[in-house]
Amino acid sequence: MIPLSWYLIVSASLFSIGLFGVLARKNAIAILMGIELMLNAVNINLVAFWRYLTPEKITGQVFALMVFAVAAAEVAVGLALVISVYRRREIVAADEIDMLKW
Amino acid sequence: MPPTLMQIIFLIGSAITLLAALMVVTRRNLVHAALFLILTLFGISVLFVLLEAGFLAVVQVVVYIGAIAILMIMAVMVTRNVTGNETRTFNKNYGLAILIALLVLSGLVVALNHWPALNTTTQDVDTSTVVKTLGQSMFTAEAFVIPTIIASILLLAALIGAIVIAGPGKAGEE
Repeated sequence: MIPLSWYLIVSASLFSIGLFGVLARKNAIAILMGIELMLNAVNINLVAFWRYLTPEKITGQVFALMVFAVAAAEVAVGLALVISVYRRREIVAADEIDMLKW
Repeated sequence: MPPTLMQIIFLIGSAITLLAALMVVTRRNLVHAALFLILTLFGISVLFVLLEAGFLAVVQVVVYIGAIAILMIMAVMVTRNVTGNETRTFNKNYGLAILIALLVLSGLVVALNHWPALNTTTQDVDTSTVVKTLGQSMFTAEAFVIPTIIASILLLAALIGAIVIAGPGKAGEE
């Protein structure tokens, strides 16, 4: 039998890797990939807690499905922003997108 | 105590997941990073299967790999730098980023060590009725119909917003 702590440690590691990607990457699309990793870490936590703590309720799985929907919406709008900026300025590096700075 | 078969599968799956996730955040070539992202998502769906959430594992493959990862690859190809690969993978704050990520990881692990519910054993669950219960609870008013409606409105708004933001601009603006 797999202890609950193993899932939580894997999830914490995945979250930290995604956080590093969000903070350190230069390309805007790579930052979005880091956000995907963090959302997936959350999903592992939700499903693990559902399985180990409240398997008689379905709340954990429903919440994981909500996270799926939010992730799909987030990545669609994020990539649309990246493509829009690229069409106007030909850049994808997040630290060069500074049109609102003056 | 020798590890059981489930534990071996878990260890292999999570090791592949974490190594692929490290490759996602460190590869300079973004197409390679997106392919490693697909490998990471497959590893997570293996973890879902081990947790007896088979429906979520299928949704993970269909939604994340079939839609999100492919959308990422499309965006990478559309915004490819004309001069080839990028000059730098990381911005100048990557040392601080490593520090913050390690701090978050150690903080989470320390917090987990002091948590009393950590030693709960797995309980028996009737997996044959899980999908039925899931579908019913998402569409009954006593349970989760409001979050379902909000999620669908959010998806519609994201669809329209993505078309408006990335679609063709006014005439002559291109």
